[in-house]
Amino acid sequence: MKFNRDGRRRIFNWVVAGLCFLCVIAALVPLLSIIYTAFVNGARVLSFNFLVAPLSFGVCAPNVSCYGGIGPALAATLIVVGVASAMSLPAGILAGIYLSEYGKHPLGRSISFFTDVMTGSPSIVVGLFVYAMFVYFDRAIAFSALSGSVALAVIMIPIVTRTTEEGLRLVPNTLREGAYALGIPRYRTVLQVVLSSGRGVVITGAILAVMRAAGEVAPLLLTAFWSDRGFTGLTQPAGLLGPLIFMDATSPSPALVATAWGASLILILLMLGISLTARIALRKRFG
Amino acid sequence: MLRSTRTPGRTLSVRLRRLFDLSFLGLTFAVALGILALLTAFVLVLVHGAQLTIARYGISLLGNPNWAPSLNQLGLLPFIVGTLLTSVIALIIAIPLSLGIAIFLSELAPRWISEPFGYLVELLAAIPSVIYGLWGIFILVPFMRTDVQPVLRSWNLSANKTFHVNIPLFTGPIFGFGVFTAGVILAIMIIPTISAISREALKAVPQPQREAALGLGATGWETTRISVLSYARIGIVGAVILGLGRAIGETMAVTMVIGNADVIPASLFAPGQTIASLIANDFLSEASSPLATSAFIEAALVLLLITLAINVGARALVWRLVAQGGGGGANEV
Repeated sequence: MKFNRDGRRRIFNWVVAGLCFLCVIAALVPLLSIIYTAFVNGARVLSFNFLVAPLSFGVCAPNVSCYGGIGPALAATLIVVGVASAMSLPAGILAGIYLSEYGKHPLGRSISFFTDVMTGSPSIVVGLFVYAMFVYFDRAIAFSALSGSVALAVIMIPIVTRTTEEGLRLVPNTLREGAYALGIPRYRTVLQVVLSSGRGVVITGAILAVMRAAGEVAPLLLTAFWSDRGFTGLTQPAGLLGPLIFMDATSPSPALVATAWGASLILILLMLGISLTARIALRKRFG
Repeated sequence: MLRSTRTPGRTLSVRLRRLFDLSFLGLTFAVALGILALLTAFVLVLVHGAQLTIARYGISLLGNPNWAPSLNQLGLLPFIVGTLLTSVIALIIAIPLSLGIAIFLSELAPRWISEPFGYLVELLAAIPSVIYGLWGIFILVPFMRTDVQPVLRSWNLSANKTFHVNIPLFTGPIFGFGVFTAGVILAIMIIPTISAISREALKAVPQPQREAALGLGATGWETTRISVLSYARIGIVGAVILGLGRAIGETMAVTMVIGNADVIPASLFAPGQTIASLIANDFLSEASSPLATSAFIEAALVLLLITLAINVGARALVWRLVAQGGGGGANEV
């Protein structure tokens, strides 16, 4: 009798463990399906030429391949995300330093809290906010590479701030105390001791933010807008990789759909590569 | 302090160093305050941009079901309904799956299994939304159209016979594109959020909680049910609310599979529109008059305020829990 009840409990335990494992598998099916389809469909168009060639318009003239490349969009993405990083990384890291090193009072805590809240604001609303702001100040450059960079920067800043803060909080206090005991001024302690021992997390946060910006679409539709020639100046509309995938995916031309898959494969490869590298680098440091 | 040092150079350097210290503090403080200013500007700019419709219609737009900006019919109800429906579908699918994942990875599986699988689940969060949309159009939508939705529709008929109510859930023509498919894709996208934060909540449960239950002879699952889940439930609620916040604000994947129809969906299979997909899909083409622009910005403001409220609530829960669990930063003396 007692044995039976225990046996049932043990079997039930295994059943629940099995169900929970099935949940993990169920979540991984879409992941594998996305990666698999991107590889199968993207590999067909992927080549070095694909990375540099001008965009295809999906119209096939006789004897001319209708498969273009993503050169202009890739270049525009690098430039616009680069400008956004130049604006957001220093700001985010400085704010993160303040919150971790000086922000142990109610104001610091509330800034930290609201920064965290801001990471949850929808990116499309950020796009409309930046658009409305540019319309208010200078309507002529509301659709420009510059407004696109600002929108991406607004999305990146809270991410960089929060990861920097979390990363620096992990640095043991004994390191700070040691530096003070040597008479090193506080700003140098922060920059040379705290920041350098927490740099793994800070760099990971920066990479996360850059990756997020590189795959972003919604805010760019309302700010950088689109240009077939990619980037033609900070005050001109710019066509980036994310919006390219969106437009090509919804187009009826098979050549453009193939371009969308190729561009997606490149984003996925970048993402996998960077996330694996970051993970291995961090494990070496902390664990 | 060091005033007693003799050489003037030394004194200067003490002053200089205090100056540097202060200016560094000032610089970082100014930047941190800048973030608060940015958030304030965020709300104020949208309020300013929406003042035309706010002044003329107030919040009555939210209950008005007619949307035709060229005719100055600016009702936002279809998009609020679309946002709620897709988010609820996403939560219904994602909550049990995410909890199963969190329990398996943090309580039941050995470390060598939970580490790689946990990493894979987190990878789902790193894939850009537009790639989900692309995959949705070419893989998920055909799958839903041919394999899932016909089955669901055949179920619903019998449910109607049993309960004698005609709730238009799984009825109507099947397109593949529509509210239900959007909800499914949202579910996939919020699973990593809910499961990762639930894992944090489970991790914050003190080990003696588990040992006590194990010591009484409980099995692994019984330990989880009795002493871990009840302890972590506030954090899990926070995780679910954060997932809801992500689902409500998610744009591109939804825009690409929801079908973009500016009406209240007749059933879950019908095409619809969320607030986010409305802005992404229609702002550039339909915001032609100042009044229509203002209506779009009012929609964005509603979306922002909802997600801010959700995030404030959920993060307050999660933060309190993490502080309780003693994981609150190495700097807390």
